[in-house]
Amino acid sequence: MKAIEAAEAPRRRLEWQLAEVRRIVAETSRVKSINLYVKSWQGHLPGQHVDIRLTAEDGYQAQRSYSIASPPEDELLTLTVEEVTDGEVSPYLVGDLRAGDQFELRGPIGGYFVWTTEMDGPLSLMAGGSGIVPLMAMLRHRERRSARVPALLLYSSRSLEDVIYRQELDRMAHRDCMLCVVNTLTRKQPDGWKGPRGRIDKALLGKECFPPEKKPRIFVCGPTPFVEHVSSLLVELGHNPLTIKTERFGPSGV
Amino acid sequence: MVDPPISRGFKSRRQEQSPNSRIPPGQYVTTDFPVLSAGPTPQINVEDWNLSLQLGGSLLGKWTWAEFEALPQTTIRRDIHCVTKWSKLDTTWRGVTFDDLLKAAGLAQPPQPYVMAHCDGGYTTNVPVADLLGGKGMIATRYEGLPILPAHGGPARLLVPHLYFWKSAKWVRRLRFMERDDRGFWESLGYHNYGDPWKEQRYEGD
Repeated sequence: MKAIEAAEAPRRRLEWQLAEVRRIVAETSRVKSINLYVKSWQGHLPGQHVDIRLTAEDGYQAQRSYSIASPPEDELLTLTVEEVTDGEVSPYLVGDLRAGDQFELRGPIGGYFVWTTEMDGPLSLMAGGSGIVPLMAMLRHRERRSARVPALLLYSSRSLEDVIYRQELDRMAHRDCMLCVVNTLTRKQPDGWKGPRGRIDKALLGKECFPPEKKPRIFVCGPTPFVEHVSSLLVELGHNPLTIKTERFGPSGV
Repeated sequence: MVDPPISRGFKSRRQEQSPNSRIPPGQYVTTDFPVLSAGPTPQINVEDWNLSLQLGGSLLGKWTWAEFEALPQTTIRRDIHCVTKWSKLDTTWRGVTFDDLLKAAGLAQPPQPYVMAHCDGGYTTNVPVADLLGGKGMIATRYEGLPILPAHGGPARLLVPHLYFWKSAKWVRRLRFMERDDRGFWESLGYHNYGDPWKEQRYEGD
């Protein structure tokens, strides 16, 4: 069997570094973007993540991983965090963190779920909820480089209000005829909504996705049931499993 | 870093503190069973499944599902630790230990000191043979008494619970002996070559 293709990552120790919060932007009612200044950030590839470590007053520490939302071209590092009900770290990041605060961070981590303009396309991106975050880093990178690689984003959200980066995505797609953004709304649609409704299904994938003959690079990110569902449909549609890169998060649902 | 910055207002939300002796540094306990895989979940029919033990260009042993099921079966209960920070306590697995697999292949000694596990979907991971011997490693086919679900690596996964869980490769099909400790999939992508959770060996250089 052919080994999975992977980008070679540099090998050095990932030291904990200080990150300083410069700005916090509310994306939706449950999601915020945190712009961070990291003094000697070594750069990253779109799709990679970081580990953060918080220390409480009593010395208790907790670590979590978050995807990087910003492209390598940006000066600040942006994490976009969704508040997880009953979570330990995300409610603090979304509710309590303020500009000027500091915490520890190390990265970048992960060299597989990445895309740069040096890799070809077309690019098929499938996002469920906050699974958009690492894919947004890819789209922002593509835009900063004015890359003409044909790209599709198929983005599943509960409602229009839950669509993260909505205005930026609209603007991006409006300016760029090589980029197609399709939102599907699973629970609530505004009056006059003309886009798809409900979960991503085989018909929608067949209609919107680059077909297997175009050899798209496919990235699927979201909650585990979403990724299991979408990636198995893509395999059923004839896509080579080795061309489908996935990142799952949250409970398994099984 | 000597003095980490204090996050005011941040505190532990753990309902019950599990004994520290069971939770490696930087980990938290979950009762859920998260799924982390680099690609789609393969749907593997046990009729089409087999497991092989390989040395260089030759096969030391090969078992169909039925043959594998007829090998001595062992049940173990262990804590598991994922590099993405979750740990799960008291998980029960059943399968064939690496020791019994060697015996079934008629090997008194492992021929080489390292193993590369090869899996459906192209995933690989490298493990020292010493970490598989003495009941430390097995090919598991049951989780909590039931067939392992495809998303969790079924029908069979490597289980090396004392290392970070990426070493416990899902959908394992072939164990290849190696003279040198070549790197597997995540080990080539910045993750630690060995992955001891108690030394917090998450990434290269840890």
